[in-house]
Amino acid sequence: MSEEDDFELEPIEILELPLDAWHRAKGARMVEFAGYHMPIQYEGIIAEHLWTRENAGLFDVSHMGQLMLTGDGAAKALEALVPGDISALNEGKMRYSLLLAEDGGVLDDMMITAVPMGLYVVVNGAVKWDDMGYLREYLPDEITINNMEDRALLALQGPKAVDALKRVVTGVDRLYFMEAGSFFWGPKTDPEPLWISRSGYTGEDGFEISVPATHARALADQLCAQPEVKAIGLGARDSLRLEAGLPLYGHDMTPDVEPVAANAAFAISKRRRTEGGFAGSDRILNALANGPARKLVGLSVEGKMPVREGAPIFAGDAQVGVITSGGFGPSVGAPVAMGYVDAGHNTIGMALEAEVRGKRVSIAVANLPFIPHHYHRKGASL
Amino acid sequence: MTRYFTEDHEWIEVDGDSATVGITHYAQSQLGDIVFAEVPAAGATLKKGCDAAVVESVKAASDVYAPVSGTVIEGNDALEGDPALVNSDPEGEGWFFKLTLSDSSELDSLMNAAAYQAFVDGL
Repeated sequence: MSEEDDFELEPIEILELPLDAWHRAKGARMVEFAGYHMPIQYEGIIAEHLWTRENAGLFDVSHMGQLMLTGDGAAKALEALVPGDISALNEGKMRYSLLLAEDGGVLDDMMITAVPMGLYVVVNGAVKWDDMGYLREYLPDEITINNMEDRALLALQGPKAVDALKRVVTGVDRLYFMEAGSFFWGPKTDPEPLWISRSGYTGEDGFEISVPATHARALADQLCAQPEVKAIGLGARDSLRLEAGLPLYGHDMTPDVEPVAANAAFAISKRRRTEGGFAGSDRILNALANGPARKLVGLSVEGKMPVREGAPIFAGDAQVGVITSGGFGPSVGAPVAMGYVDAGHNTIGMALEAEVRGKRVSIAVANLPFIPHHYHRKGASL
Repeated sequence: MTRYFTEDHEWIEVDGDSATVGITHYAQSQLGDIVFAEVPAAGATLKKGCDAAVVESVKAASDVYAPVSGTVIEGNDALEGDPALVNSDPEGEGWFFKLTLSDSSELDSLMNAAAYQAFVDGL
């Protein structure tokens, strides 16, 4: 037997994250991901996935880059490189955005939060060094970019995440989806400030917690001591986000595609659509007006055989697309996939075929997400 | 009956000139949750070391190689409905295929249970 595709290409030097020993003590199987040793699973991907959908899962995502942009006009300056209305972000509010190349290609996807100091930006681990170089090159010198390497990042995700976290950190339940704030944790005599947002990458309600690396272990232990919480690995993180229809950078989004094709037109704010003035805005606004030549879509799969990244998509004899993410969806109970499909073949319900090991498999363009999102939105009835 | 093992973590149990093939407990533990298995059809001709079957976990597809050359007698149809048999009983009910050996001398290069255990312990 041999693995046909590794989870990620192996970098030269593999680094350790603050919770490395903690994961190993919990019986995690470690793999190399984004240049770090990371836990792919503990008890098993399906069990961890389903636990997160029903309860709460703790994910170590400390490989991601936590950047702080400071200096007068940081929001305006960043708007040259992202399509979101960053200037309009009030303190404690966050927005999903995209780092754009000069031609409008997507260099990364990111979360940008307005904080008292400036902008707190969380970027993907695999490209964080490239992002920092690009930002440094394109942002004015008076904007400082601080890579907060002394902080770990934990994600607590699932319908019971709020019950568990509010027991550990008072007041977090006041946050709504895409809001963030500073909260004290620990003994009243010596509390530690945590930066906590209500956001995540599973489609469930949940939180992301920025904690000093020196305190990560104590916080992870305390969270896992809550009855709702289990440690969850990268394997389930991937299957959860796929069912939630959330793109994985480097797979579903690359520098070769602009945001509209990448199904991320929602990240182009209204003001920016009229004003333009961001990297690649001519190309991107043209795609918005006229429709992209191809688009990232959800794909349901007939039968039980997973259709994976790289599989070509056909309409009859003509190749009309390619799978960019695919696997088994434990909550769906069937294979699920996402991929790029050419205009004319990418409307919901369109019957297509994917080719796997020389055989054709019936697939159909499907609505995303595969599993409905359960975010704690302000103004929602629940 | 004698059971042999390969460095690619297949087992083969030989009974006269026929044999049953599957993947080892170690292999299934490394793969994690199995969600799909594709077994060869009866009559297929297999060559030692070549692709014979496919096993897919949540995260990846892996090939199962033919430990020896031969002709497939049957694939394990039970894996279609319940691929998790490969996790729960990899060296029993979770077998992949049975075949007729075309050259029993190919077995000489395989490991016995003790040698395979030592091989796994060294990984």
